[in-house]
Amino acid sequence: MKYQVVIGLEVHAQLLTNSKIFCGCSTKFGAEPNSQTCPVCLGLPGALPVLNRKVVEYAIRAGLATSCSIAPRSIFARKNYFYPDLPKGYQISQFELPICLDGHLEIELEGETKRIGITRIHMEEDAGKLLHLDTMEAGEMSFVDLNRACTPLLEIVSEPDMRSPEEAIAYLKKLHQIVVYLGICDGNLEEGSFRCDANVSLMPVGAETFGTRAELKNINSFRFIKQAIEYEMERQADILDEGGKVIQETRLFDPDTGTTRSMRSKEEAHDYRYFPDPDLVPLVIGADWIEDIRQTLPELPDAKRSRYVGELALPEYDAEVLAASREIAEYFDACLAFYPQAKTVSNWVMGDLLRSLKEDNSNIADCPVTPRLLADMLQLIENGTISGKIAKTVFDEMYKTGKEPVRIVEEKGLVQVTDSSEIEKIIEDVLAKDPVQVEAYRSGKEKLFGFFVGQVMKASRGKANPGLVNEILSKKLKG
Amino acid sequence: MQLYELTIHELHAKLKTGEVSSVEATRSILDRIDAVEDKVHAFITITPEEAMQNAAAADKRIAAGEMDILTGIPVALKDIFLTSGIRTTSASRILGNFIPPYDATVVAKLRERGIVLIGKLNQDEFAMGSSTESSYFGVTRNPWNADHIPGGSSGGSAACIAARQATTTLGTDTGGSIRQPAAHCGCVGLKPTYGRVSRYGVIAYASSLDQVGPITRDVTDCAIMLGAIAGHDPKDSTSVELPVPDYTQTLANGVKGLRIGLPREYFIEGLDPEVKKAMDEAIATYKGLGAEFVEISLPHTDYAVATYYLIATAEASSNLARYDGVRFGYRNSDAKGLLDMYMLSRDEGFGAEVKRRIMIGTYALSSGYYDAYYLKAQKVRTLIMEDFTRAFGKVDLILTPVTPTPAFRIGEKTSDPLQMYLSDIFTIPVNLAGTCGMSIPAGFSSEGLPIGLQLIGSPFGEETLLRAAYAFEQNTLWHKRKAKI
Repeated sequence: MKYQVVIGLEVHAQLLTNSKIFCGCSTKFGAEPNSQTCPVCLGLPGALPVLNRKVVEYAIRAGLATSCSIAPRSIFARKNYFYPDLPKGYQISQFELPICLDGHLEIELEGETKRIGITRIHMEEDAGKLLHLDTMEAGEMSFVDLNRACTPLLEIVSEPDMRSPEEAIAYLKKLHQIVVYLGICDGNLEEGSFRCDANVSLMPVGAETFGTRAELKNINSFRFIKQAIEYEMERQADILDEGGKVIQETRLFDPDTGTTRSMRSKEEAHDYRYFPDPDLVPLVIGADWIEDIRQTLPELPDAKRSRYVGELALPEYDAEVLAASREIAEYFDACLAFYPQAKTVSNWVMGDLLRSLKEDNSNIADCPVTPRLLADMLQLIENGTISGKIAKTVFDEMYKTGKEPVRIVEEKGLVQVTDSSEIEKIIEDVLAKDPVQVEAYRSGKEKLFGFFVGQVMKASRGKANPGLVNEILSKKLKG
Repeated sequence: MQLYELTIHELHAKLKTGEVSSVEATRSILDRIDAVEDKVHAFITITPEEAMQNAAAADKRIAAGEMDILTGIPVALKDIFLTSGIRTTSASRILGNFIPPYDATVVAKLRERGIVLIGKLNQDEFAMGSSTESSYFGVTRNPWNADHIPGGSSGGSAACIAARQATTTLGTDTGGSIRQPAAHCGCVGLKPTYGRVSRYGVIAYASSLDQVGPITRDVTDCAIMLGAIAGHDPKDSTSVELPVPDYTQTLANGVKGLRIGLPREYFIEGLDPEVKKAMDEAIATYKGLGAEFVEISLPHTDYAVATYYLIATAEASSNLARYDGVRFGYRNSDAKGLLDMYMLSRDEGFGAEVKRRIMIGTYALSSGYYDAYYLKAQKVRTLIMEDFTRAFGKVDLILTPVTPTPAFRIGEKTSDPLQMYLSDIFTIPVNLAGTCGMSIPAGFSSEGLPIGLQLIGSPFGEETLLRAAYAFEQNTLWHKRKAKI
């Protein structure tokens, strides 16, 4: 391709507060239409907004986690437009003085790290939802549900720093991981808790001036973002190839066809007539509050990964898998506190634990095997009470019942046999049963050693200490 | 003296001793309304049943010894205050059928204290006007002379007091809407400092300027009412967390040694000579009481009206966007499609003055014009505020006329909006500065129309304001004169 794509992203993240941004109504998803409303979020005459402190705290968290500066004074503004899902006829947002400015995050792609700038993060209220139905009685009808009206959103605006769809996806995934890690957004793309608009333009390779951009809306999965950008790159390239000009417009992505279509041109764009909302006083944030919030920030994925590799000497792959989700990382860290052997813990978490959870389609937070139980079991392996193989049986039982590993071992009689005379006896029995193979081994067929180990373990029902078995067996076979 | 003529404190004294009941006082008021309302048209909605129920409840409360100064007092409210279950229109067709599901904070405060709600008062549509002529529900007449306007936008509140159709009232003031009608109708009216009284449940005109205040028969009533409605409201982020004093306690402290400023920009050519004369007499009265006068300057006064008509209209254009016919209020039922519904409902639902102001405000906020109009107006507003801050470094109060002339004739200025806008020239700067101002009766024109005196206080200086007003009232008899109706 002779064009370079330039991509900037605007993400809307719905915040996980219990109540709305400017009133006390619940933000719970899926309630009876219009049941979670009051004069404020209905936009009734005389109603006034009061800012939810938690929303500000969450915005500061997002800002700190993306290296933004937090504005000591920021302003809410009204964005004026008419639409039936917008009861006041304006959306309360931030415009000239947003709460967070000038941050960045880092993405890794094919071993290379790239910094993507974050222009700003601001707080705003969501609109309600419209439902269009063709009814028997009255024909086509539109219904308004204002449960979602006034739920808090963060809008996170990137710089036009991305140069491929892959970079855009890496940025989005990173941002998604951060807001979920921070506990400020559930990150649910299908329910619209994490939505993305993309600004896409092309310029000749080597050029410095950006081309005219199109804004793509309605992209609600990581897969679609790639599709939408790739389609848009082709569309714009075709126009430029034919000597045409890309026009500045808003385009809607259609997930069914994987294409975008024009929604409105620059000329049709709304004049939102932003101005400071006189119903809300300027938001003044003290340095103390910012510091308090900084203290409570969790260790973020990048920091975790580099700690796992640097301090715990885990392989990159393990670090990546463990740090990908805050719950898994916290589970790992908790387990490590009881049993400080990073690679062993990592193997069990990434192996049996995550596999079992995946088979069950269940969440690590609900896992009956607590970090302490897993650590106890690893201790049993280390002190020789059970073998690694028996441990798998113990783990499965713990996963089913949540019982202490010691109890499982006792109840099921799974204690490892470490008494050498007992093992000697088993070995003698095995060898006595199969003199032909013993003879074969002794005449040079040393590969048979493994066969005998297997027979011995089988005879001991897996409980014989493998080290002792090896030692005694090789002695006995030598005669 | 009829029961309907009494002030709050006079009626309270009689209720307290059991000499009269609230039911009797309320009956007297309702009869008075029956007798004069045709001539005045102060009300949009009268609520006699609600009133009688409230009165009966108040009498029980009084009998139980749980009495408050406002218990059993008949109150009428400008139709801009949301009253749960009682139609609230802001004098607009677009809210002609709107029954609110909640009470404004000030209404809830008064109800808790056991007032009797008499009804809802006429005003200019969405408080946009200086004459109460823009109401969808018809013109209110000045009780002193039915050919004249009562002032506005709280014209119904002032006329109601002058015609003795309620013991006391509340209004709102965005650019003079309490003080100007109070002056035109010979009442006492106070616009508190911005943030002193909650705006929650008050239908917004211009949010950064709107403030709730009383229109009353005398200064004592005004102090009682301000005390009842003032204070921080967690539902209004712009209301201020400052303790509310008992304003009645300091009323009699006098004005000796008080320094009063006379802004030279307010005593200009074009000021009606009878108004000028009333001011001179008032100055002499205050001098006699020991106050000192200082000439001061408020140099940006000339820009106040222009500044106001940019800021107020810009805010209004956004505040009134919610009247879209979707969920409440008037909707044109023949409209085809969404855009049609918006345009027809708003075109038919709003009156001419409201539409004019929405257009001006929309223009002032438009991209490409924002800096030249809205932003510049905000900068001038800051200069006007600084004028007052500087002035209050030198004086305790400022004395000015409320209006350049007494009440004009009905219809006189309806065809010339600019002339109408200029009639608020002395009251508008106070709203822009966010401070408090008061109108008290200070004389009559040769035609027998009331003339008002404006006192302007420093921010949250309502105690000083009321004290000076009380001293004047005790030494004049203007407030005792009654409109013959």
